Amino acid sequence: MDPNTPAPGAPPLTSEAVWAALEDVKDPEIPVVSVVELGMVRDVAITDRRVVVDITPTFAGCPAFEVIREAVAERVRRLGAETVEVRRLLSPAWSTDDMADAARRKLHDFGLAPPQPHGGLLLPALEAPVACPRCGSFDTALRNAFGSALCREIYTCSSCHETFERFKPL
Amino acid sequence: MSDANRLDAKLQSALVARLTAMADDELILGHRDSEWTGHAPLLEEDIALANIAQDEIGHALLWLDARSELDGSDPDELAFFRDVGAFRNVRMVELPKGDWAFTMLRQYLFDAYETELLGRLRTSSYRPLAEAAAKAAKEEVFHLRHSALWIERLALGTDESRNRLTRALQRIWPYILQLWQPLPGDAALQRAGIAPDPAELEEAVMGRVSAALAAAGLEPPTDAIPHPGGRDRHGEALVSLLIDMQSVARADPGVEAW
Repeated sequence: MDPNTPAPGAPPLTSEAVWAALEDVKDPEIPVVSVVELGMVRDVAITDRRVVVDITPTFAGCPAFEVIREAVAERVRRLGAETVEVRRLLSPAWSTDDMADAARRKLHDFGLAPPQPHGGLLLPALEAPVACPRCGSFDTALRNAFGSALCREIYTCSSCHETFERFKPL
Repeated sequence: MSDANRLDAKLQSALVARLTAMADDELILGHRDSEWTGHAPLLEEDIALANIAQDEIGHALLWLDARSELDGSDPDELAFFRDVGAFRNVRMVELPKGDWAFTMLRQYLFDAYETELLGRLRTSSYRPLAEAAAKAAKEEVFHLRHSALWIERLALGTDESRNRLTRALQRIWPYILQLWQPLPGDAALQRAGIAPDPAELEEAVMGRVSAALAAAGLEPPTDAIPHPGGRDRHGEALVSLLIDMQSVARADPGVEAW
């Protein structure tokens, strides 16, 4: 069989289908948000049944990146793509402003304070008050600008006395 | 035509050398920082330094990826299978991790240098370099804030912490000039707008560092004798670091996944 011919019954391989499928690929360190919601997927290009996906790392040293890259390729292969190339794109550098609002809500429900949009003004964003994802209080303090993963920092809440993490504005 | 192909052979090899130097600084510093994992004086600092180490190694990968576009080299091969004589890091980053004051001072000095370097590389005429610099610069904000705070804390803390910081300053100062010592191809890179002017970089870093030290009531040592060697000269410390860092990869070369 001509390898360019999709398997019988396979849905047409469209860019929309690839974007939708990538909603299934989650960040292994934050399993509630997809790579699409995080804003990591930059472009999907399809020629016949050959797919090229451009993704961008959140932090340059993120150890989850290769896992994500493989998961993206695997998910697109399951759509019946003949070949899948997943490229690592650096520019424009990823920002937490690239996150979808849905991702912010899911991070909050997951117990991670979401990064507020900052429009590129990173330093003021780092100084701005942060709401505790458990009790909503703004009476919180930065404990450590580094946390359990490259993208997180540690806060304590003076109202409910819990320690929580925030997804760092970047 | 790719960005790499737009450069003539002379510029390409100059840029390969510059990227290797930048990557080796980050890789070796990242490894030294990682040696504190599980041993830092405070749990929170343990976490912080492990994060910083991971970021620096991530930056090394940015530069090695950029090098790969120029000469097809493999970043893993360069990190784990090069011998000591082929490394091009500055001496400062390979020195043994020392005490906490030494580690934080070294980190601060490197962060100050990297912040100024990245700020200039963001406008590099070589697009992949400008893009990688923009990426790394965002992460560097967190490093510099953290290490600068430690300089203040140690300098204004106790007699013990201040003495240790002063000793660290004396130990490290002879090596600092190496950070902007030009490589043979750097002048050509500068003329092409690819890399910054080392003299201007030095002035910016020293301005930043002197101000921070002055605010903490410290002065740079005036009697330090600059380390004479270039980036091709290393000490025994790098030999033992590489044995440690490369041992896993070399135990099973060619393995596809660990």
